[in-house]
Amino acid sequence: MADLTSTFCGITSPNPFWLASAPPTDKEYNVRRAFEAGWGGVVWKTLGEEGPPVVNVNGPRYGAIHGADRRLLGLNNIELITDRPLEVNLEEMTRVKKDYPDRALIASVMVPCDADSWKNIIPRIAETGCDGFELNFGCPHGMAERGMGSAVGQVPEYIEMVTRWCKESTDLPVIVKLTPNITNILYPAEAALRGGADAVSLINTINSITSVNLDAFSPEPMIDGKGTHGGYCGPAVKPIAMNMVAEIARNPATAKLPISGIGGVTTWRDAAEFMALGAGNVQVCTAAMTYGFKIVEEMISGLSQYLDEKEMALSDLVGKATPNVTDWQYLNLNHVTKAVINQDDCINCGRCYAACEDTSHQAIEMSPDRTFTVKDDECVACNLCVNVCPIEGCITMKTLGKGEVDERTGKPVGDYANWTTHPNNVAAVSAE
Amino acid sequence: MSNTPLTPGITAGRLPEESYAAQFSDLHPVLDDHEALVAADRCYFCHDAPCMTACPTSIDVPLFIRQIMTGTPEAAAKTIFDQNILGGMCARVCPTETLCEEVCVREIAEGKPVEIGRLQRYATDALMAKGVHPYTRAEATGKKVAVVGAGPAGLAAAHRLALKGHDVVMFDARPKSGGLNEYGIASYKAPDGYAQKEVDWLMQIGGITVETGKKLGDGLTLEGLKADYDAVFLAIGLAGVNALRAEGEDAEGVLDAVDFISELRQAADLSKLPVGRNVVVIGGGMTAVDAAVQAKLLGAQNVSMVYRRGRASMSASEYEQELAASKGVQIFYNAAPVAVYGDGAVEEIEFEYTSEEGGSLKGTGETFRLPADQVFKAIGQTLDGAPEGIEITGGKIAVDAVGRTSIAGVWAGGDCASGGEDLTVTAVSEGRDAAEDIHAKLMEG
Repeated sequence: MADLTSTFCGITSPNPFWLASAPPTDKEYNVRRAFEAGWGGVVWKTLGEEGPPVVNVNGPRYGAIHGADRRLLGLNNIELITDRPLEVNLEEMTRVKKDYPDRALIASVMVPCDADSWKNIIPRIAETGCDGFELNFGCPHGMAERGMGSAVGQVPEYIEMVTRWCKESTDLPVIVKLTPNITNILYPAEAALRGGADAVSLINTINSITSVNLDAFSPEPMIDGKGTHGGYCGPAVKPIAMNMVAEIARNPATAKLPISGIGGVTTWRDAAEFMALGAGNVQVCTAAMTYGFKIVEEMISGLSQYLDEKEMALSDLVGKATPNVTDWQYLNLNHVTKAVINQDDCINCGRCYAACEDTSHQAIEMSPDRTFTVKDDECVACNLCVNVCPIEGCITMKTLGKGEVDERTGKPVGDYANWTTHPNNVAAVSAE
Repeated sequence: MSNTPLTPGITAGRLPEESYAAQFSDLHPVLDDHEALVAADRCYFCHDAPCMTACPTSIDVPLFIRQIMTGTPEAAAKTIFDQNILGGMCARVCPTETLCEEVCVREIAEGKPVEIGRLQRYATDALMAKGVHPYTRAEATGKKVAVVGAGPAGLAAAHRLALKGHDVVMFDARPKSGGLNEYGIASYKAPDGYAQKEVDWLMQIGGITVETGKKLGDGLTLEGLKADYDAVFLAIGLAGVNALRAEGEDAEGVLDAVDFISELRQAADLSKLPVGRNVVVIGGGMTAVDAAVQAKLLGAQNVSMVYRRGRASMSASEYEQELAASKGVQIFYNAAPVAVYGDGAVEEIEFEYTSEEGGSLKGTGETFRLPADQVFKAIGQTLDGAPEGIEITGGKIAVDAVGRTSIAGVWAGGDCASGGEDLTVTAVSEGRDAAEDIHAKLMEG
């Protein structure tokens, strides 16, 4: 079994699977059970100011998107930060960390945007023996209305300022959790770096309305006939999260900034994908909330098997795909492929035909006996047929070799060439 | 005094009184909402879907399944009823494994088709449970059409004609409408009086008058109908039954399977319905299976089904054969009845093994006997009571693609008419299409 020991911005844990700051990490009882189940680390549910804690709604806090068999695809929540007194949380954190010294225990924090609030609370929390901090600049609902959470995360200057206050208050690593509810993830990431952040974690949840009650005409979850936007998470957000992780990982200014990948991580494969794009570890929430803590066993066994098969160390995986994330303009325009339908695998459903004929390039022919074949002289290799085909591997993309003629254009396949030098590119021509 | 399956002879009450309801309950209970969503999600929404082509009534299967998936089973039912007004019964009795589900691409890919029949039932039940009849009659045309036979073909034709604004009088020899739906199929396929419920629901269209106890040659003549109505649709089914042509077949206890099924379907109390200890059903079709399985369910100790040809030639589908086997019916293939033995009442029946050579059947000379208190003949039905002078082909009333017979102004459909398999769904399609043609003809001016 591959060694999954992970060191993330100086914090070591037996595996790279942390539970994200959320209801699963709300209290000592849960966190002990999570550690017993095998989780490498826990980001404790966000701590707030001393004094009367926040309150939550007493109606439903979650909304969901389901597949036909009630597979939970996306989850939305309107829960706030911890609604338990600060002292109670600190006492519990101290006890847990003492009993699980090998696990990562991170304190998530969110207090009002002034220097005193942050500088007072950080050293106090550090006394628990926690391994680091995560600054919650991400929650898009409720707390943001009070000038916290994503209200901070959406203003790069605030991120930099608060991060600096925290770094001035502790020697422990400071991770800045980013909101995806912005235009360009690089601005907040660079701001965190300027403020001295040791790492960033992303994404927090996405502003969302999961469903509308068509009888009551209210967003859901519905509280007494009204709803509010919540934070969207779960498998549905993974593609958005992975793009943001990759953008930070390949941006020269932030390339060395450790990233904790969050957003729809459900299986070992999701974790491996995040890490290949540059995440040093991952945080999980929705999958645990859907299936319980036990899923970490599959994540551990799966990632180990994968690393063994690839003969890679965990650290080799991190960022392995980052160099292959590029801009559109650098994609090889002389890479020509054609869809090929394997007639032995084809079950003649005709989905490829309907998709291509109605919505793409009219490049699939249907014979009277329902045989579907690709017209190479029409096929632009868009891949839609591959995506809508219900049989995995039935339709594949064949790459034409150099010199082979593309029947659609009548031209032979040439060497690598991209848009920057393409004759149709006005900028390229004028540059000559 | 209680009887058991081992009680000799033909007797009622072989099972504990309370067990009959369970024995004859729904073979495939309706899917619940979640099951329906999961089953519907398996549909690939095929282009020019093979299931739709395979359906004799061309129901738009992918569309109705998508309507189920989006939480509108009522709209799904409308899609079904537009093509097949008896879509509810067809969902229960269609041999889907040889029709839509046989050609489902998932059957081909995985050997596990989308459960089209059960989804169809889910949708049609949902709409009918609301007591909604989603069609409104067109303005009255003043035309009158006679429909002879209130089975699936007659009902489908009557509904479509009424929908178009014509006045329909539907005649049937039996006391209830429904034809084979009411009298001729196994009760576990359509329990709880479904056939009558469906008829009642269908009749909500209005404009259809039913006159029972009347048939051609007994209260009705084609000449009379032609004189009194603008068009006549014949859907008289197959009222005759083939003989065994085995020695001694007149013995007491040798019965027509269709009569047994009909009696069972009409029985108010199944515990009062007598059945033999040893029952032998002769034939290889759905009627044979329905009779054999129900004899077993009534508590017969031994039920055998004997078919003169091989398994592949059997018109009961593989699924039906497996159903019979699972209920404890023993199936003999390649054996033809030779003689019935018994002193007045049947006691034994002798068969000769057969072999098929070049399509023709020959006895091998080897024989065997089965003990029998009851023998049900299910070797096919024949046209009986067709009007004089009408052209007959292959033992059925000759019709063209839209149901026109050799007599102007007279259409025919269902089992009595040539073309198509003898299935409920085929009958519905023929009734519907003949109605469309009658309508076109009547409106010519």
